[in-house]
Formats: sequence, structure tokens, C-alpha cells
Amino acid sequence: MTQSTQAQAGLLESAPGSDDRPRPSGPRRGAGRRVLRALAPLPWIAPATALILFVVIWPVVSMFLTSRQKYDSMGFDQGSADWSNFSRLFAEQDLPGVLIRTGVWVVTVVALTVLISLGVAQMFNKEFPGRRVARWALIAPWAASVVMTSIVFKWMLNPSNGTILVLLHDLGFMKNYNSVNWLASQTAGFSWEIFVAVFVSVPFTTYALLAGLQAIPDDVYEAARLDGAGVVRTYWSITLPLLRPALLVAALINIMNVFNSFPIIYEMTGGGPGNETSTSTLFMFNTQQTSIGEAAAMSVVNFGFIIVIVLLFLRASKWNSAED
Amino acid sequence: MTTVTAPAPASAARRANKSGSPRRLPKLRTVCLAGGAYLIGLFFLLPYIEMVVTAVRPGSELHDRNLLPSHPTLASFLNIWSTGLGSSLATSLEIAGGATVLVLLVAIPAAYYTARRNFRGKWIFLLLVLITQMFQPTAMIVGIYQQFVQFNMIDSIWSLILVNAGFNMAFAVWILNAYFSAIPKEIEEAAIVDGCSRIGAMFRVIMPLAAPGIVTALIFTFIAAWNEFIVALTLTTQSGPRTLTVKISNFVGEYNVDWQHLFAGSVIATIPVIILFALIEGKVASGLTAGAVK
Repeated sequence: MTQSTQAQAGLLESAPGSDDRPRPSGPRRGAGRRVLRALAPLPWIAPATALILFVVIWPVVSMFLTSRQKYDSMGFDQGSADWSNFSRLFAEQDLPGVLIRTGVWVVTVVALTVLISLGVAQMFNKEFPGRRVARWALIAPWAASVVMTSIVFKWMLNPSNGTILVLLHDLGFMKNYNSVNWLASQTAGFSWEIFVAVFVSVPFTTYALLAGLQAIPDDVYEAARLDGAGVVRTYWSITLPLLRPALLVAALINIMNVFNSFPIIYEMTGGGPGNETSTSTLFMFNTQQTSIGEAAAMSVVNFGFIIVIVLLFLRASKWNSAED
Repeated sequence: MTTVTAPAPASAARRANKSGSPRRLPKLRTVCLAGGAYLIGLFFLLPYIEMVVTAVRPGSELHDRNLLPSHPTLASFLNIWSTGLGSSLATSLEIAGGATVLVLLVAIPAAYYTARRNFRGKWIFLLLVLITQMFQPTAMIVGIYQQFVQFNMIDSIWSLILVNAGFNMAFAVWILNAYFSAIPKEIEEAAIVDGCSRIGAMFRVIMPLAAPGIVTALIFTFIAAWNEFIVALTLTTQSGPRTLTVKISNFVGEYNVDWQHLFAGSVIATIPVIILFALIEGKVASGLTAGAVK
């Protein structure tokens, strides 16, 4: 049985592509065949590679070139700018605040998301009637456009009749309408943006952790129970360590998403007042309207951070060993 | 189909349990657990419920301070075309549809070949795909803008189709690769022995078996392109084609915001997407981490 499969596999190995083509004859035949064999994958993977090169790699190169070019106010190319775009960027008064806020944004949102998702996943992993329905409800913020979710929150926070304020008023936490306009102030506005970012990040994270929890075999828990481990001890010594790969990947994907997050802040405060609620992504976008070279310099800085995350992701993924 | 029938056995089991179970304590725990889980589920639905509620508010009740309108109406849905949201809906459909077709066209052959064969450069290709999966257009939006200005493709639907396809292809390659790898080679070989060509075997045997993966890739790409915002915002101008996300976002910036129409458009754009996504939920989480945890 195995022999015949191997024979068939061997037969098929030479089947695709290369065999249909005319072979060069004579002494160069071996070399020609090798070239053909090397070219055989092309019809299959060339379109995908071309798409990646054109859509993903080209803009990266273009972004680097733009960061070293000088542009006039109309956006026309004025030759090389050397590093002046970068020196102008680093001289921006708002930049330190923007960078600190970006750090706060990423750390707070990802930490809260992971903590909340750990709890929710633990809960949704237990058997109870209607679990499917409850899990489906969690899908909404993940599937819906973040733009629309952010706009709804902005509407629910409007000072005169937003639902959240109506609720706070009816519950007695707030005396007068129009007394708070959270999205117009820095701290409150940014806090609500963090809330919305966590809100839209928890569903994916919960699902990723649920997948991780389901992969933990039951007999491990059985063994822990026989050894007399309590709930807390079991969670700390069994669940968390076994969940680590899923947790790590979910956290890295979240860091990437949250760092790149644009619609929440853009819709709710536009990064304002001034740049007081901007992260580096928003700052880049807002700068793009006035100086494309400086915006490109900001994106090169952002890109450096992204490369670090990608490298961590590659390390965590062990994708290379999965090949063997 | 399964979506409708699934809750029924669960509630039946609970009823059976209620009638003759001697153990009280676990039951109470389950009730608390279920109650908590339903509350969490409801919490995550609230903004979308508010979206629907505002969409059915008549204009006169828009600024009322009641949680539910006293005279709900579907008027906002019926005259949505007069607001220009209709043509944006069409634009979004064209872009998301085009990107989905393009992704499937390039991802299926690539995923199939990498799943079936070892070749020189395979790891470079897979590395490129994995890195692409982590990249998002936001970070390189300046480069994307410059690129499409160069190609004179601002305000072109094709530029948006290309960018959406390029950034979502990685997920499709991963999930399809997993599906193709799981199909035993023997099935394909048997088809070839029976006289199928290799391409014939791919279409008649492999593709039907990988159909769930293809559907997942299809829905995921469509939704991602449908929801995409910053690229559409950057690569189109006021006079060009505007996707629904951009159009609705521009609505908010106007002096007198037409909230009930805005949310009617959002409901049309959001509810079908949530339902579609529910069909593939389980596969997406594992697919997004597929390149990572094997």
C-alpha cells in the first residue's frame, strides 16, 4: 500500500508544468531541465507574489523615498530634502505628547483587552444553555465596521441627548444635560476612545483565547483535581501556562491592530483639541494634509515600531519549524 | 440551518434537567454563568441596538431624551437612496466584490501549490505572506497615496480593489493552505488514475472538499474590504466614488447631521455583515493565528 502510494507520488512529482513543455536536447538538457523545474512554481505563486510586491512592498519603498524628498505647498516634488523632513518632525512641539500618548494607548488598550478577554473566554468556555447565542452576540463589534461603531458611540455620548447621558441622568449620576461634553476634553475624550478600542478588540481576543482553551486536554485538569489543586491554583499553574502560545499571539496581533488603529480617534475627536488626543497614526494622517514629506517621516518612524512587532511575531510563531 | 436549530436542543436539555435532577448546586452555578454570559453578550450588542433604534426614530423625535421612540418608522430606510447613501452602497459592493474575486483568484493557486509541493523559494514566499498578514495599510498610507498619484489612479475603484486584495490575501492563503494540506493526496491521485487531468482533479475533487475554507476566505475578505476606511478616505476625493464608510463619516462632519439616515445606512451596512461573519466565526480566530500556532 505504502509502496504504491510512494510510486504514485513519485509519478506525480514530475507531472505538473515542466513535463508539458518541450525539452531542450543535447548536453544542455540537464541545465535546461533544472531551470524549468525552478520555474514550475511560477504560474501558481507569481500572481500572489506580484500582488504583494505591488500593493505592499511598493508603498513601503515609496514611503521611504517620500520621507527624503522636498515638496512645495502644492505637493510638487522639489528635489532631495536630505533629512530635513525628519528634523522638522522632531522639532514639532506636539510630538513628545503624541509619542507618550501612543505608548499609553497601546499599553492600556492591549492590557485591558487581554485581561477582560481572559475572563470572558473562561466563562464562554463553560457549558451552559444558549452558549452559541451568547457567543454570537460577541461577534458584532468584531464584524461591524469600526467607523460605524465609533460613530454610534459618539452619538451616544452627545451632551444633549446621548443615550449614555440619558441613562446617567435617569440613574441620578448627572444633574443637568449639556453639562458634560466628554469628547471635547483631552482626558475624558481619550479615555472614551480607549474604552471603544477595548470594546472592539475584546471579541477577536476572546475567540482566539477560546480556541486556545479548547486545545487544552481534559485529562490535564483531571490530574490537577486528583492532586487536590484548587480553582485558582489550577488556573495559575495549568491553564495560563498552556494558554501561553495563544495568549502571546493574540497579544501581538492586538498590539499591531491597536497601534494602527485610526477610525476610533478620527471619528470621535479627530485627534483634537489640537493634537491632544492624537496617537502617532493620527498625527501622521493630520500632518499629511499639510506636509507630505513630514508625514512620510512620521510613517517611517511608525514603520520601525511595526517591524519590531513583526519580528517578535515571527519569533513567537516558530513558523520556520512548522515547515519541517 | 444549523444556526436556527442549535439553541433548541440546549433548552430541551435544560428542561429535562429541571424536571428530575437531584443536584441543585451545579444548576444554580449554571444559571449564574448563563445569566452573566447573556449580560456580556447584550453589552456587546448595545451600540448596534442603538444604531437600529436611532434609524427607526422619526426626525421629530431625533433629539428626544427617551430610550425608545414612541412612533418608530421605517421612513429613513425607504428614502435612503435620496441621501446619496445608495450609490455609496453600490461603490462598496463593487470594491468588496472585486477585491474578493481577485483574492480568490491569486490565493487559491498559491495556497494549493505551497500545500502540495516543496520548491526552492517556498519559505521566502511563505515569509512574505506572513509579514503581509501583519502589515496594515494605515502605517504606509503615505506611500500608498504617492504610489497611486504616480499611476494617476486617484478616484479609481481599481486602486481600492487592488489595495484591499493585497492586504487581505495573506489570510486567504493561510486558511486555504490549511484546508488543502488536510486533504489526503490519495484522493487526488485516485482521481488522476481514473483519468482526470491535474487541473481537472483540482476543480472536481479538491475545490469541493476545500469549499468551507474557500467560503471562509471569501466572507473574510469581503467583510474586511467592506469595512475598510483609511485607504478609501485617502485615495478618493469629494467628486470621486465614495465607499459607505467614507460617505457616512463625511455625514458626521456636516453642520446638521442627519443621524437617522446615517444610522439607517449603517444598519444596512452592518447587520448583514454580522450575520455573514457568524457563519465563519470559529474558523477566523484559528485562521488569524494559523501562521503562528501550529
